[in-house]
Amino acid sequence: MNPLAFDFMQRALLAALLVGLAAPAVGVFLVQRRLSLMGDGIGHIALTGVALGFLLGTAPVLTAVVVASIGAVVIELVRQQGRTGGDVALALMFYGGIAGGVLLIGLSPGGSNANLLSYLFGSLTAVSPGDVVIISALSGALLLTLAVVGRQMFAVCHDEEYAKVAGLPVRTLNILLAVMAALTVTVAMRVVGLLLVSALMVVPVATAQQLVRGFRATVVVALSAGVFASVSGVLGSYYADTAPGALIVVVALGCFALASVGGVLVRHRRRTSGDLLVAATALTTKEPTPR
Amino acid sequence: MTDAVIDLRGATVAYDGRAALTGVDLHVASREVVAVLGANGSGKSTLIRAVLGLIPLTAGSLELFGTPLQRFHDWTRIGYVPQRAGATTGVPATVREVVATGRLALTGLRRPRVADREAVERAIATVGLSDRAGDSVSTLSGGQQQRVLIARALTCDPELLVLDEPTAGVDAASQAGLAQTLGALAHDGATIVLVAHELGPMAPLISRAVTMADGRVLHDGAPPDSDHLHLHDPEHAHPVHEAHPSTRHVWGLR
Repeated sequence: MNPLAFDFMQRALLAALLVGLAAPAVGVFLVQRRLSLMGDGIGHIALTGVALGFLLGTAPVLTAVVVASIGAVVIELVRQQGRTGGDVALALMFYGGIAGGVLLIGLSPGGSNANLLSYLFGSLTAVSPGDVVIISALSGALLLTLAVVGRQMFAVCHDEEYAKVAGLPVRTLNILLAVMAALTVTVAMRVVGLLLVSALMVVPVATAQQLVRGFRATVVVALSAGVFASVSGVLGSYYADTAPGALIVVVALGCFALASVGGVLVRHRRRTSGDLLVAATALTTKEPTPR
Repeated sequence: MTDAVIDLRGATVAYDGRAALTGVDLHVASREVVAVLGANGSGKSTLIRAVLGLIPLTAGSLELFGTPLQRFHDWTRIGYVPQRAGATTGVPATVREVVATGRLALTGLRRPRVADREAVERAIATVGLSDRAGDSVSTLSGGQQQRVLIARALTCDPELLVLDEPTAGVDAASQAGLAQTLGALAHDGATIVLVAHELGPMAPLISRAVTMADGRVLHDGAPPDSDHLHLHDPEHAHPVHEAHPSTRHVWGLR
């Protein structure tokens, strides 16, 4: 049966498309800053937010947005102070987020850890019409913000100290990135699940890195890989009747494996065709290779 | 002094209660080429980072182009080349992409125009990397990566260029190229402050040298005879240089 005939599948596919764009678009800056695991830390904190939603009887997505954003800003402030290592701050979030989530869900009326499962691994039927509105609005805002501040964000993530001397609002941009990462996690959690959301922020970027040389090209390839993985993962999980998050990540990892092989071949070709060029350049510039 | 570019008075900087700079004065006038020399830990990098406002002063005052740091916003007038082993991060970026970030001080949030792109290409050509502009920075040698960072600092045609150890880990040919580039900029009227262990091929450009030791200025005046540059730098007085002073110019080869 055609999966598009079902309303829930239409919603899931629209959400997957938006998540596939937004997650790598924000993730590329986290990878650039070598903070690939930040999305994971925020995902764990968002779990506390989800449980808080159950406890208060409000929409878990909204409480997750608020709690994850606060957590992400706290991590960024700790990192800026530079007194605690970034990895320790992340570790504290991992433990605190899971513990808080399980504790609060236990306290909420009629709540059980089963409620959390669909948030942890994603669920096709979980994307409600209300979720679609929130996901569309947030991912639209994320992509629009990046279209405006992307160049400055690249400069800050590339060289923070230089960006300061160039007069860029470094502190503000760092906090903005943290909040965007938190929003991405909450946008993606209904489809991919909190435990795997970070994979969709990081794996498509790693895939692109295997194939291209520039940042802009990395973004284009990463967004394409992200959309391919999330949409095909959601479609596949309809037929296989599995949690979509797992299949999305498996597809993304498959793309990465293929790209790795492709990258080796591309680099090999570049090397062999570039050997003559390199030799000629070395002769003209007379620049010795550093020992 | 009306043409003072840098006016640092009584600067004290402390990290966790330990003084890194103590009562340092640094006045740099327009068109001067000043070398800040000293051993590792002497405070020379701290000095220029303080001058750029990257490290807050515990005591003292700082004016850039006659404006107190707190009110100084004209960052396009300053080009900064940070001390860097490489210019790479977690995601590949091309030479052109990295150099273009230097233009952001001028463009802000607006999209780059033709003039901005031309300025970027010009800066890349100045450091002789036009043929590598589309290549990933990570595929370049250390000397070439340093040239990328210098090109980035040149995109806004700065009046003051500040370089932190621009020759560290850079091969002799790149050092000579750097000296040539800086010479042309100085000739065109730029003010240059650079931190170095040794001056190498840049020695003829230097109009004044400031030698640091233990967070204080030890000497401020005519550049010392290059043969004595190691006096306050026991770490770098390695036997190769002492045995073969004539090979000093290749110190960057490690």
